Amino acid sequence: MNNDLLFDFTVDKASKTVVITREFDAELSLVWDAFTKAEFLDQWVAPKPWTSKTKVMDFRVGGRRFYAMVSPEGVERWAIQRYTSITPKTNFKMYNAFADKDENPELPGSEWDYSFTEKADRTIVRITIYNESLERMERMIEMGFTEGFRMSLKNLESLLESLSNNRK
Amino acid sequence: MRRDVFQAIADPTRRAIIFLIATQAMTPNAIADNFNVTRQSVSKHLRILAECELVKPEQKGREIYYSLEIEKMKEVDKWLDKLRKIWETRFDQLDKVLSNMKKHKK
Repeated sequence: MNNDLLFDFTVDKASKTVVITREFDAELSLVWDAFTKAEFLDQWVAPKPWTSKTKVMDFRVGGRRFYAMVSPEGVERWAIQRYTSITPKTNFKMYNAFADKDENPELPGSEWDYSFTEKADRTIVRITIYNESLERMERMIEMGFTEGFRMSLKNLESLLESLSNNRK
Repeated sequence: MRRDVFQAIADPTRRAIIFLIATQAMTPNAIADNFNVTRQSVSKHLRILAECELVKPEQKGREIYYSLEIEKMKEVDKWLDKLRKIWETRFDQLDKVLSNMKKHKK
């Protein structure tokens, strides 16, 4: 892939916020579709060898996406994303929570904010993730990596706390 | 019970000790002078940090100097790298999806 595409990943441990900025070599309308339509999302959101399976996708304020990340062994990890704000081709926000297969959410979840900006023929997407519980971040990692990098919630909390203190 | 690095840095006093000795090795007394805690308390924290291999004690004459194990501290950043890699992988996949979308549009 293009190596000159901007990619920035920062973690503000104090505010439990992850900010990811990425440039894409495509016009805004395509990128917007790739982030807001199930048929495209399922093609990329699951880091291989995991796959994504969307059961429900209703992209409107108050609507939801109910989907699973499926492991190579067929284990399904369900999650619900509820859309809280949509400004077409500019920004959308959602609340993401892990869930069981019957759509019962496990709270707390995390707040996601996606911003889209077009620059020349490229599109810059900025994703801000606020995690109320840092356990979720750990689970995100678990879902992407089968090699097993395991830490308890407490470990992770204290780690982040420590790192944020280090910056002061 | 085996202690781990994350447990060790969960405590604010231990974090402060880590900072203190980051630039120079220090004796427990010298460390205690910097805090409003007893020498006994500092020794206890140093023992925990040593068990986690975050600090290294070194006998010099009659004194024991503690210094920081920098490499061990780096472990705490590893999980962040994992998260970053997930996003890299995802976005590489998205690049391909976008490239296909472009082709289909034409």
